[in-house]
Amino acid sequence: MGAPETDKLIGPRATTSLVSRAAPLASAARQLQVLERTGVAPFKATLRPAAVEIFQINVGKLCNMTCRHCHVDAGPDRTAEMMSRETVELCLAALDRTAAATVDITGGAPELNPHFRYLVEQCVRRGKRVIDRCNLTVLLTGPCRDLPAWFAERGVEIVCSLPHYRKRNTDLQRGDGTFEKSIEALERLNAVGYGQGNPRLRLTLMHNPAGAYLAGDRASMEREWKQGLKDNYGVSFDALIALNNMPISRFLEWLEASGNLHAYMETLVNAYNPATVAGLMCRNTLSVGWDGRLYDCDFNQMLELDARYADGERAHIRDFDPARLAARSIVTARHCFGCTAGAGSSCGGAIA
Amino acid sequence: MDAYYRPQHLAKFGTIGEGNQKLADKFFDYYAEVFKAGALSAREKALIALAVSHTVQCPYCIDAYSKESLQQGADLEQMTEALHVAAAIRGGASLIHGVQMLEHVHKQVMA
Repeated sequence: MGAPETDKLIGPRATTSLVSRAAPLASAARQLQVLERTGVAPFKATLRPAAVEIFQINVGKLCNMTCRHCHVDAGPDRTAEMMSRETVELCLAALDRTAAATVDITGGAPELNPHFRYLVEQCVRRGKRVIDRCNLTVLLTGPCRDLPAWFAERGVEIVCSLPHYRKRNTDLQRGDGTFEKSIEALERLNAVGYGQGNPRLRLTLMHNPAGAYLAGDRASMEREWKQGLKDNYGVSFDALIALNNMPISRFLEWLEASGNLHAYMETLVNAYNPATVAGLMCRNTLSVGWDGRLYDCDFNQMLELDARYADGERAHIRDFDPARLAARSIVTARHCFGCTAGAGSSCGGAIA
Repeated sequence: MDAYYRPQHLAKFGTIGEGNQKLADKFFDYYAEVFKAGALSAREKALIALAVSHTVQCPYCIDAYSKESLQQGADLEQMTEALHVAAAIRGGASLIHGVQMLEHVHKQVMA
């Protein structure tokens, strides 16, 4: 099975990828320059890795959607960056050399990688908790329509992007029609048992603010979202996590174009919360890129800030060395203020 | 000072303690406690604050609670409805006094 034909990828489009427009911000170096020019002080905390608990694999940048805030610059045109079967095998071999209990599979829309089901199957066989980071609408596309039942059979945890429990902010961020499609996908997940309180069929929604402000009180929002989605659409989920938008890639482009960049960076820095540092995801997560390069987190991956061994060599999955990786320092830059603001932010939600 | 309202003043709210720190501390402690999620959610409190901000016509409050409402998960439609509640009460408060007017008129005009 090859990569899906991208002209058949039906999904909402809020914008187009930076790469497709040959926009200057498609360059990671340019993004780092723009952040430096804001005048915000460098991120100074020195971070050391703890034991790897989460093995995060980004299988590629192909997506059926092009959301306005995407930190990956994913889209239907991003067919070149696709994890190969060989790299998947290297990931599995590396996974076997760690004590990581969780495999977190992301993209793009990870379901569109032709080796996705093989990767999931192999991780499930190893007894890992497997998370699929899903944009919901992909579950309505041809090759993925059977995935809800397929996931349920294997007990895969689904973490879905849904910026709001109402239509307006969802479609503003992710494109017209996203909300209706997302509700339909949630109905399909509910129909096979997801989101009903069964710990084996856990359905988590992920909220990103639809603008230049931070994610609010998670518990309060979770209660309102549960009630709003149940009352208005009859769908349910197990938990809501809230993630701040990182000032990189397409969100950075929007911040600049809307004149919000400086104020947003100030908001992040002023909301710096030292209590978040110990729980930062870069400390217990290892992030693998589509080409096998290793990073401290998915955001560093998009900024091409490779994890480096103590001698400065870039880490790669083909010469995976847990002991050398444990001795590294985590790479930080100004975007890291996005994870330390307020209650903190990680792929697992709030930290503090 | 060349303007009565300056956006920078919002961030300097805490300096109001210069003349009486004890009272300022009491006020800010109370303020922080009021906005904690309780029987009402943080989003509901932010929307109430947004509506009141427009009633008292405080630009600092409108700035702060527009952002806070969004941050706590409200969207533009919900925020606009909150404003209409304020506008309805404000308009209603004028109109209800019309009953007093009616009584004056009925008393002073031949039926």
